[in-house]
Order: sequence, then structure tokens, then C-alpha cells
Amino acid sequence: MNIHEYQAKALLKSFGVSVSDGVPIMKPEEAEAAAKSLPGPVWVVKSQIHAGGRGKGRFKELGADAAGGVRVVKSVEDVVSNASEMLGNTLVTKQTGPAGKQVNRLYIEDGADIARELYLSILVDRTVGQVAFVVSTEGGMDIEAVAEETPEKIINVAIDPIAGITDADVAKLCDGLKLDGAAREDGQTLFPTLYKAFTETDMSLLEVNPLVVLGDGHLRVLDAKVSFDGNAEFRHPDLAELRDLTEEDAKEVEASKYDLAYIALDGDIGCMVNGAGLAMATMDIIKLYGASPANFLDVGGGATTEKVTAAFKIITSDPQVKGILVNIFGGIMRCDVIAEGVVTAVKEVGLQVPLVVRLEGTNVKKGKDIINQSGLNVIAADDLDDAAQKIVKAVKG
Amino acid sequence: MSILIDKTTKVLVQGLTGKTGTFHTEQALAYHGTQMVGGIHPKKGGETWTGQGGETLPVFASVAEGKQATGADASVVYVPPAGAGAAIIEAIDAEIPLIVCITEGVPVMDMVKVKARLEKSNSRLVGPNCPGILTPDECKIGIMPGNIFSKGSVGVVSRSGTLTYEAVFQTTNEGLGQTTAVGIGGDPVKGTEFIDVLEMFLADDETKSIIMIGEIGGSAEEDAAQFIADEAKKGRAKPVAGFIAGRTAPPGRTMGHAGAVISGGKGGAEDKIEAMRTAGIAIADSPATLGKTLAQRLKA
Repeated sequence: MNIHEYQAKALLKSFGVSVSDGVPIMKPEEAEAAAKSLPGPVWVVKSQIHAGGRGKGRFKELGADAAGGVRVVKSVEDVVSNASEMLGNTLVTKQTGPAGKQVNRLYIEDGADIARELYLSILVDRTVGQVAFVVSTEGGMDIEAVAEETPEKIINVAIDPIAGITDADVAKLCDGLKLDGAAREDGQTLFPTLYKAFTETDMSLLEVNPLVVLGDGHLRVLDAKVSFDGNAEFRHPDLAELRDLTEEDAKEVEASKYDLAYIALDGDIGCMVNGAGLAMATMDIIKLYGASPANFLDVGGGATTEKVTAAFKIITSDPQVKGILVNIFGGIMRCDVIAEGVVTAVKEVGLQVPLVVRLEGTNVKKGKDIINQSGLNVIAADDLDDAAQKIVKAVKG
Repeated sequence: MSILIDKTTKVLVQGLTGKTGTFHTEQALAYHGTQMVGGIHPKKGGETWTGQGGETLPVFASVAEGKQATGADASVVYVPPAGAGAAIIEAIDAEIPLIVCITEGVPVMDMVKVKARLEKSNSRLVGPNCPGILTPDECKIGIMPGNIFSKGSVGVVSRSGTLTYEAVFQTTNEGLGQTTAVGIGGDPVKGTEFIDVLEMFLADDETKSIIMIGEIGGSAEEDAAQFIADEAKKGRAKPVAGFIAGRTAPPGRTMGHAGAVISGGKGGAEDKIEAMRTAGIAIADSPATLGKTLAQRLKA
């Protein structure tokens, strides 16, 4: 789960991290009061969307000359006029894709006197199986480009989970960021605090770009991007309220209610598969035969008829879908359960597009019988290759 | 020979008394008499578990107690996500040599702690979020469907459960059969990586060829390809066929498996396929042709 910058900062602040003061707003009318509650003389108006590259992003509706998704202004009036211009419009950044994301929230923040911009992130380094800091003196830039062009400027410090973050780790981070004086002093508490926030709230990513050294020499978290480990949500019911459903695809939100792993894509063949690997492979093979998948969907190992029915309804609710491929290799998942789910769903919602079903594994005969006796217009397939070819042919003619 | 497990392997079940543990223990007992020797439940020690077919197993209060009473050398974990990490650590503390965690959805921070404990122990963990291990006609740990297997010469290692089944089913249909199939799991932090299993397959005389199935995310496939190339230079070469799932996966999205995500431009399918091809691995373009690709590689 991703959260907004202002939520991430509030969370970090609750751990004692130094962040700028700010006020989130959802309506232009709220802008003036928000600006007046901050001291000035500089304010920053920041679009709150779940994507990076906001500063360099462009609003679709405003033309190429308009300013980007993060604006620095010098009066309350300018806060208000910029807020009215930005709210409700669609911001396109490097990470949003060409469709962009509608800006429904802004964060009005107190301006900071920046002396130096740094980069810091914390993630789980899967190669060593440890939490690791990634820092660089090249802050405020596209870190992937920095890693590509000047990999020596990226410093990686992995933390031993049993010892926790040590003085030696903190020293490595301070040295890596070339911190001295007050900033180095701040680092002694900031880095352990960020580590604590990361591990205690089960984050999967904490990215601060930039972390800044202020004019007075102190460190401040100027931006914050936080994602949480979906597997640990049960430990943090309080974080669930930070979820912003408007940032997510409606079909994905619906699927998550049924605990289905669904990802909307832009093709026209809907897929229902068991197992994440097979679900990806099914997408790949559709592409191999010249069409595109409309979604990724893993119904999982323990799916019930209700779950399969829900999955089928979500797939058919997508107007782009011109054909459906059901591909099941039953292990724990029994083919008859899938077959019953498909039949129930089709009877409930109807079938307007071709449907190819490939069943293999546990209770395959029972599953095939259920499909065959249902009287539905289903195209049976022998294996995955055959299934992919048949659905592509049915859709493309 | 096989790797990791055979007919002498004695298996404890952590989470036996739950629905999943019960179902799969019945299946394992029915699979050529896999030696399931007991279950673990902190509050039900001394009780007896009874399966639907009337099978019975003793329940122990702890893994250590179960190990002492039965001489178990393996443990399978079906404990739900919240307790799975602690269950693995309990098995490590009891010095169980092989721990297989089937549970999907273990928080990654718990696995970071498990990994640290694992490295200071002599235990091997397979998983979590995996289908388990199966040696045909001898021993089944986990949830793989036994009926698609046949005893033979192919070693199968995979990050994906259902793609493991595809590879097993197809090598059975090709008449090749399997020595052992190992599902290493779809999580980013896990106990056993490709290289560990490939090393065992290279060392096993009965394993004549290998199928390796990877997917997007991380760099374990690239590491494995490098390992295969390096070992081949030392004269330890076996024919390998491979497949990578996720060529069409959008970057930044987690594709069902917690570890299947292309992040920061890294972990994409094409890089993995390229690395594997360079190492001499025959790549199947479709998961439907895994068996055929291996059979052709064996003829070449």
C-alpha cells in the first residue's frame, strides 16, 4: 500500500523526525486558511498523488507552459491561485504513464532554506535479506539515472537485524552524505529514527528525495514516499485509514475485497488463472500470439466458488475485454471448483464475449464435465498453447 | 538418488491441526506413505490428530519435543502468516535440518529476522510462499499434486507453484520423469535460492537434466545463470532448460508474488532470459513447451 507525502511526513513526525510544517487541502477554498497558518515568506504547493516526478510533471489540461506539480510561491494570493489551478486537473509524470493522475489533494508547506540536497532511501535488499539504506549526495534528482551514470555516488549500508542500526552504520551514512557540524549531529538521531519507523510500521520502501541540509546547517526530510508491506497489514489496522482509494483502479479495489491478486492492464483479453507465475506466463503467451492481456489475475490456491464468481464479474465489467481465457492447473485448487464458479458467474452476468477454458490437474475430469454439461458456449482447450491460440483467434477473427 | 528428501525423511507438521495442514497431511500420507511423524501445537501436546481416512498422528507441544520423540529430520510449516516466522524460528532452534514453509503472506520483516537466524544455524529453509518439495514415489512435503509426477531424471526448480506443475506434467509426458521438484517460493526474502538447488542437482548422479523456472524481480536468475556457466567451465555441466514468467508485466507492480516486481528498472524478464541464454540454458518461449524444449536440448 502506498500513501501520500503529507501522510508519510505526519507518520515520520510521530516518530520524532524533523519535517516542514504543512497543511493538506482538498478544496481551493481551504487554500487561504492553510497558507495563513504557515509563517511564509515562501510556500510550496505540492500535488499529492501516488507517483514520483511531480515537480517535472505537467498538467494535461493546462498546456505546456504551465508550471509543474510542485510550485514554490511567495504570497498567500499565489498559494490560492495555484491551488485553484492545480486541484482537479490531471498530472502526468514520468511515473504516472500518459494517462496521468487526477490531483485531488494538495499539501501546502512552509518553504525551506535549502543549502544542499541529498538522497536517502530505506528498502529490503533481497540479495542479502536485510534492510538497507541507500544514500547519495546527488539528491533531488532521478536516482535511477544517478545509479546508471555514476554508480560510485550511491552508497549502500545494510543493517544486521539482530544488532539493529549501529554507530558504525550511522557513521558510514554520515560519511557517505558528507555531513558535518549540526547536520552530522542530526544524523545521529535521524538515521536510527528512520530505521525504527521503517521496521516498526513494516514499510517496504521509505524514500526521502531530497533530504536537505538547511541554511542553518540542520537536516530536514523535505519529501517522503512510503510504501507498506501488504503482507503485514494485519499488524497495523491504524494505517489502513491512510489508504486513498481514488488512487487505485476501481476494479483492483473491488478485487482486493475478495482477496484476489488483480492488476488492470490495457489489452483486450481477460485472464483468470491460478498461481502468480502461471498468471504472468498466461499474459506472456497471449502477447506471444499477437494479442494483449486486459489484466493479471491470480485467483489463488484456496479459491471458492464465490471468489471465482467475483473474479469473473470483475473481468467482464471491463469494457475493453473482448475475450476471456481461463487457465487452471489444479494443485490445491480443484478444477471442479473453478468450473462451478465460471458456470455460476456466466449464468448471473451473461457471456457477451468468447470464453476459452483450459483445465488441468486435480479433478480435471469433474471440472470438464461441469463445463460441458452447463450448455454454455465455451471453447475447450487442451494445453496453454492451444488455449492462447484459440482465444487470440476468437478475438481477432 | 534424489535431493533434499527421500523415503527415509521423517516430517513434522507445524500447523497440522488447521484445515490446510490437515488436508495436505492426508495427501502426503496417501502419497507412497510419506513418513509424516507428528504435528505441533503449543496447546494440544499429547493429543492425537485424526485424518478423514482414520489416519492418526501424535501432536507435540513443541518442535523440540516432536523431534526428540520421532527422530524427525524435516518440518513443514502451514502456520498462518502472523505466526509463520516464529514457527520457522522454533524449528531452527530445535535444529531441524530441513524446514519447508508453505505459508503465503509472511511479512518481509519477519523473514529478515528468520534469515539472520538461519545464517547462524545448520538448518535449511525452503520457502516461504512455496509449493514444497516432492521426490516421486518416495516423499511429498507440501502441496504439489502427486499424480502428475513420475520417477525419472529431471531436476525441477522454480519460483512458481503452478509453473512447477506445468514442468513436472510435461516432463512426465515426455517420458523423462523427475528426480526431485523444488519450489523455492515467490517471496523476495527466502531460505533457498536457485543456486543452492542447482548445486544439489549438479551433484546428484541420477539428475541428468534440469528445468529452472524464474520470474521477474530481483537477480537470482542472473546469479544462477552465472553459476551454471562457471560450473560448466569446471566440467560440471548438465543440460538445462528454462523459462521466465513476466515478460509483459508492467514495471512497479507486484504481480501476485511479493517478490515479482520490476523496480527501479531492474528485475525485468529480458535481462534474465539474456543471462540464461548466455549460460547455455535452452529457453522455452512458452510455458507449454518446457518439456519439449528440454527434450530437444537433450537430443542436441
